[in-house]
Amino acid sequence: MASPLKCDLCGKPATVHLTQIVNSKMHKVDLCEACAQAKGVTDPGGFSLADLLLKASMNPDAAGAVEIGAHGAAACPACAFTPGDFKKHGRFGCPQCYRTFAGMVSPMLDSMHKGTRHVGKVPHKALERRSFHERLTELESGLAAAIKAERYEDAARLRDELHSMRQPAAANPATAIASVPLSGPAASSSAR
Amino acid sequence: MKISALLATPSELTDTASSKCAVVLMTRIRLARNLAGHSFPGWAKEPQREDILARCREAVGATSAMKRSVNSPVADLSDLDKQILVERHLISRELSGTKRGAGLIINRDQTCSVMINEEDHLRIQVLRAGFQLKKAWSQIDAIDSEIEERLDYAFDPELGYLTACPTNLGTGMRASAMMHLPALVISSQMEKVVRAVNQLGMVVRGLFGEGSDASGSIFQISNQTTLGESEEAILKRLGSVLQSIVEHELNAREKLLDADAGKLFDKIGRAFGILQNCHQLTSSEAMNLLSLLRLGIDLGLFPEGSRAVTDRLLIEAQPGHIQAVGGQDLESAKRDALRAERMRQEFSTFARPDFSLHHKT
Repeated sequence: MASPLKCDLCGKPATVHLTQIVNSKMHKVDLCEACAQAKGVTDPGGFSLADLLLKASMNPDAAGAVEIGAHGAAACPACAFTPGDFKKHGRFGCPQCYRTFAGMVSPMLDSMHKGTRHVGKVPHKALERRSFHERLTELESGLAAAIKAERYEDAARLRDELHSMRQPAAANPATAIASVPLSGPAASSSAR
Repeated sequence: MKISALLATPSELTDTASSKCAVVLMTRIRLARNLAGHSFPGWAKEPQREDILARCREAVGATSAMKRSVNSPVADLSDLDKQILVERHLISRELSGTKRGAGLIINRDQTCSVMINEEDHLRIQVLRAGFQLKKAWSQIDAIDSEIEERLDYAFDPELGYLTACPTNLGTGMRASAMMHLPALVISSQMEKVVRAVNQLGMVVRGLFGEGSDASGSIFQISNQTTLGESEEAILKRLGSVLQSIVEHELNAREKLLDADAGKLFDKIGRAFGILQNCHQLTSSEAMNLLSLLRLGIDLGLFPEGSRAVTDRLLIEAQPGHIQAVGGQDLESAKRDALRAERMRQEFSTFARPDFSLHHKT
């Protein structure tokens, strides 16, 4: 950065520069006099850079943070949430927002968390159920298209596959959720 | 099950004290979960919140953990009931403040509670007395899996469980221990501990979380980060931090005894005297006195049998619980008088401290 350092919290010129190791990662923070005072940085006792970084990283206006507009949509198509709303509430509008504002989310995560990729529990059943329904829809539209195009061999194959998926006896997560043993790619990716 | 019946039932927190809970009073784990395809509670419109509430109440209420439970919209509870639930760490202050479209489900022994439409659609919590990270995790893991059979969670392979606040992404798990650290407080070492714990990626807070004070020398220590590490790894790391805080506290106690046992015994003896004879007692003073008594029990000055009473009173000396005994809207001076009366009564039959054990050495 060629320009003089700006306060991570308010954007004024920074005069206090701090480095601290959090989670064996080095973090740097630049603050102006007033913010340093307000955050108790000058008091060596109860100061945690981790907390501060967290707040700074959630302020999209701060120096070094992402410029909104350059990344993705202005509003989430699913819930009409905007980056301005995030600035106000510090919370997102809906799960879809994480995709809509991906460009804004990823730089936050680095200072906020130990890693940027999820490791740990996966909701296998919910995911299995979702992919099952997605596959059903895919087959149904494929079948309709095949019939329309008079590709009867394809249509017969798709119909059979649909038929077997709808059999309650098959390992069908939609009809026998509780008793089905985990299988498929979602299950093997477990880290547990 | 009705809320009044629930509050009258022996609970994990108030009735299971043992020497195993000496420094770590209780362990809690909470998981933040949301339903796919729905706005988070803070952004959802009221009809959406009501819809989520109904679905979640049904799905969570049907799990085996919640067979016998209170399952209610928050709006149906009185302010006093809500305050008592907050004091028992079963719901958050935020939830108790919501007017509409929020709910809670709490099982009979009060080890498991689920908040609906707090910051996230679901906040599942398991609470166990003592240092029980593993047990708490296996319990909450099972409940979460059972809920997942009935609801589609918002999940992303990269970011994990999707939560309203990005600080909870990934596992959505916050594990915490409530620790009683009187010797570290008396010997002014808490600041140092807080700093060290922060460096290790853990957070120290007061009894009721963010911004609350640490009266009674009780602190909550929890993981700060939720993404990039598995639940087991986070719990292992937290567990070893907690273990080392326990050791520091025990060392600090030894040192206090070595340096000036008389001074420490004076504090404990005076606390006992006040609890036996007071006529006006604020909840924060009560916490501090009970905290010293608890230290006395740990040091063997009082019989182990008196631990259960002390731990129960730590919860029941709080304003909501006293109010419930008083039966009406008490002003705070009356509450302080009632609290004092309660203490005099409880401590009139309490074993006297025996300082001889330590004097011989």
